[in-house]
Amino acid sequence: MHMLGYPAHFGQLECLKLIASQKFTDKRIGYLGAMLLLDERQDVHLLMTNCIKNDLNHSTQYVQGLALCTLGCMGSSEMCRDLAGEVEKLLKTSNSYLRKKAALCAVHVIRKVPELMEMFLPATKNLLSEKNHGVLHTSVVLLTEMCERSPDMLAHFRKLVPQLVRILKNLIMSGYSPEHDVSGISDPFLQVRILRLLRILGRSDDDSSEAMNDILAQVATNTETSKNVGNAILYETVLTIMDIKSESGLRVLAINILGRFLLNNDKNIRYVALTSLLKTVQTDHNAVQRHRSTIVDCLKDLDVSIKRRAMELSFALVNGNNVRGMMKELLYFLDSCDPEFKADCASGVFLSAEKYAPSKRWHIDTIMRVLTTAGSYVRDDSVPNLIQLITNSVEMHAYTVQRLYKALLDDISQQPLVQVASWCIGEYGDLLVSGQCEEEEPIQVTEDEVLDVLEGLLASNLSTPVTRGYSLTAIMKLSTRFSGVNRIKKVVSIYGSSIDVELQQRAVEYNALFKKYDHMRPALLERMPIMEKTATNGPTEIVQTNGEMEPSAVEAKHPPPVSQPTSPANDLLDLLSGNDVVPVIQTTLPSKPASAGGDLLELLGDISLGGGPAPTPAPAPAPAVSSTQPAFLLDGLTSQPLFNDIAPAGIPPMTAYNKNGLKIDFTFERANPNPNIAVITIHASNSTEADMTDFVFQAAVPKTFQLQLLSPSSNIVPALNQGSVTQVIRVLNPQKQQLRMRIKLTYTLKGSPVQDLAEVNNFPPQSWQ
Amino acid sequence: MELQDNELITLEIIHRYVELLDKYFGSVCELDVIFNFEKTFYILDEFLLAGEAQETSKKSVLKAMEEADLLQENGGFQSRLFAAPT
Repeated sequence: MHMLGYPAHFGQLECLKLIASQKFTDKRIGYLGAMLLLDERQDVHLLMTNCIKNDLNHSTQYVQGLALCTLGCMGSSEMCRDLAGEVEKLLKTSNSYLRKKAALCAVHVIRKVPELMEMFLPATKNLLSEKNHGVLHTSVVLLTEMCERSPDMLAHFRKLVPQLVRILKNLIMSGYSPEHDVSGISDPFLQVRILRLLRILGRSDDDSSEAMNDILAQVATNTETSKNVGNAILYETVLTIMDIKSESGLRVLAINILGRFLLNNDKNIRYVALTSLLKTVQTDHNAVQRHRSTIVDCLKDLDVSIKRRAMELSFALVNGNNVRGMMKELLYFLDSCDPEFKADCASGVFLSAEKYAPSKRWHIDTIMRVLTTAGSYVRDDSVPNLIQLITNSVEMHAYTVQRLYKALLDDISQQPLVQVASWCIGEYGDLLVSGQCEEEEPIQVTEDEVLDVLEGLLASNLSTPVTRGYSLTAIMKLSTRFSGVNRIKKVVSIYGSSIDVELQQRAVEYNALFKKYDHMRPALLERMPIMEKTATNGPTEIVQTNGEMEPSAVEAKHPPPVSQPTSPANDLLDLLSGNDVVPVIQTTLPSKPASAGGDLLELLGDISLGGGPAPTPAPAPAPAVSSTQPAFLLDGLTSQPLFNDIAPAGIPPMTAYNKNGLKIDFTFERANPNPNIAVITIHASNSTEADMTDFVFQAAVPKTFQLQLLSPSSNIVPALNQGSVTQVIRVLNPQKQQLRMRIKLTYTLKGSPVQDLAEVNNFPPQSWQ
Repeated sequence: MELQDNELITLEIIHRYVELLDKYFGSVCELDVIFNFEKTFYILDEFLLAGEAQETSKKSVLKAMEEADLLQENGGFQSRLFAAPT
């Protein structure tokens, strides 16, 4: 035990000796020392118990008071247990000096040993009828503590509400009483305490809340606010109004009070008001809106904590109507605020812009503004988000790329901006050069200038490796869109010997593309399709849509069978879709379109569909528009890395289903990049004499798994085992649980439709371990 | 200070305590506190207990302090009285 840094152990026993002595002086100093030097962690304190016990029964009230005080401040749970009875006895005495101390001591006992609460219950019966403010105050504290700890007590004490209201009323109405007065308000401490108890009592109870409504309104209107005391009482009143089930007029009154607080010059009060408004903005949105302008002014305050709260509150207040004005203010704030705020502010701006953007152009403008001002502080996933947003707004492509190009010319130090800009230039470079733009003055840019800029990025010291990857890819994409291919070839081959492995790999592959696979280059470097989002709020994952996402048909569509490109190009496919930035595909989509998802859900019974989120409502123009050719790409993308990476793991194949001539075999492979993913290829063969047409295979897995079905090779299972239909299933099994699957098969045999359900349980252990 | 405590009233409590000290010592200054620190603790004990204010009236607190001080002096006096006859 240390005091001011010096060890103070020597004093402990001396304190005990002093306490035991008969002289009051000694006792006083002894108890003081005990309170300061001893605490629960020292064993010596137990020796005090006996002394305290004797002193609690002493004739002099001051000695008793001292003992109560010490017990109340530092009594451990053993001491409390031993001495609770004495305390309870003292709670019932008529001596108000002792009574108030005993009440607070009881509070401490309850805090330490909650089980003893019932012991104090009978003594509390007539506590509230005291006249002495001190006793009143402490008993309210005791009641508050009891009510907070136990809901039974709460119910028990509800009937005291009228009495409390009366006391409060007397306090306010009665005239000036010098001893309890603080700058004109009678006993503010007691008022605040009563308000707090009322808050707890009225929390979910309509009757009590009703009884309190009047008095709360009275307090709110009568208390004068020129001094801190008045404000303290008003603050407590506001908190109480918010918590209980008050009527709406009262709530509006409360919020107005908070609004008034905001205009106050005192920083403390403004801070307190902002914090409370933040808590209430969820429920009373409209009322808080009225004070929006004041809150926005607080953004300009000098104090950091006020600025932070004002910022949070402003984001909470943004809605469709005021978004333009608010954004202007917030962007201005973003310019001038400290770095620690910039990240939060930028994220907040992005979120609000996403939710409430009145027009695409405004949205893009806002995001560009954020990137140019606070570019280095934005979150990492904002780059993919922004890219996805840009691809979605088809009509804005020309405008966007033009603005981004101009921004790049100004400044290449902000990495997210540069990344987004280079991606866009790569995609839409032809729009840029052709000089068509409806929204703005088109600028005249030549291909060479564009390539200059991109090469500059590659060479610059300011660019991170990621940015360089982006620019190299962009240059490559431009090879199909621009006419001057030679220059691009030269650039790419230079980087074939770069020190950075990532860049080198890309350059080498692009080189290969030029040399050996030139015929495939245009197809590979086509425009990206519109990406869909999985969620509209928070960090979003960009999900590559498979061709199967078309919601129109019930049966599985099969995109035109295509020959798979050979291996070097596969890595290209990997790279071209910007996978290095976007997290590697974690597709959790069900493989069948939305309407067929309904069928699957019927199928389910007790196994639920793995990988559940329903296809998103996000802005997704019909994927059918641009997805036929790129669907191939993406298909190739999703299935190719699997086939590339698979080392045959030696897992034995199994027969999953064999009935009525239809036999389904499962063969397993393990996808190397992620050992939790098992890749199952089903082979369906038909030993009857007729073909099975319209063959559809559906599967469901328990909740802990995620499933992805790729498209089958065909819908027709030829008869007499002449061929088979294959389909690839990917199962993600993060918890390494036993794999179980329920499958549903539908086909048409000799003109009549057949449906069958089966459960597959005999998976070999290696497939899921 | 707990989460649900009213911050503004805490300011008031601190203010009240300083007023008490002021009244007791008569325009308190730092030296008073240094030389009579035990008295400041006693006043604190009269005003707060278990972390909560126990007596909101300044008069009562000061009265209690006076009586305790008297007792302190008297106690000493009493023991001396007893010691005298031997």
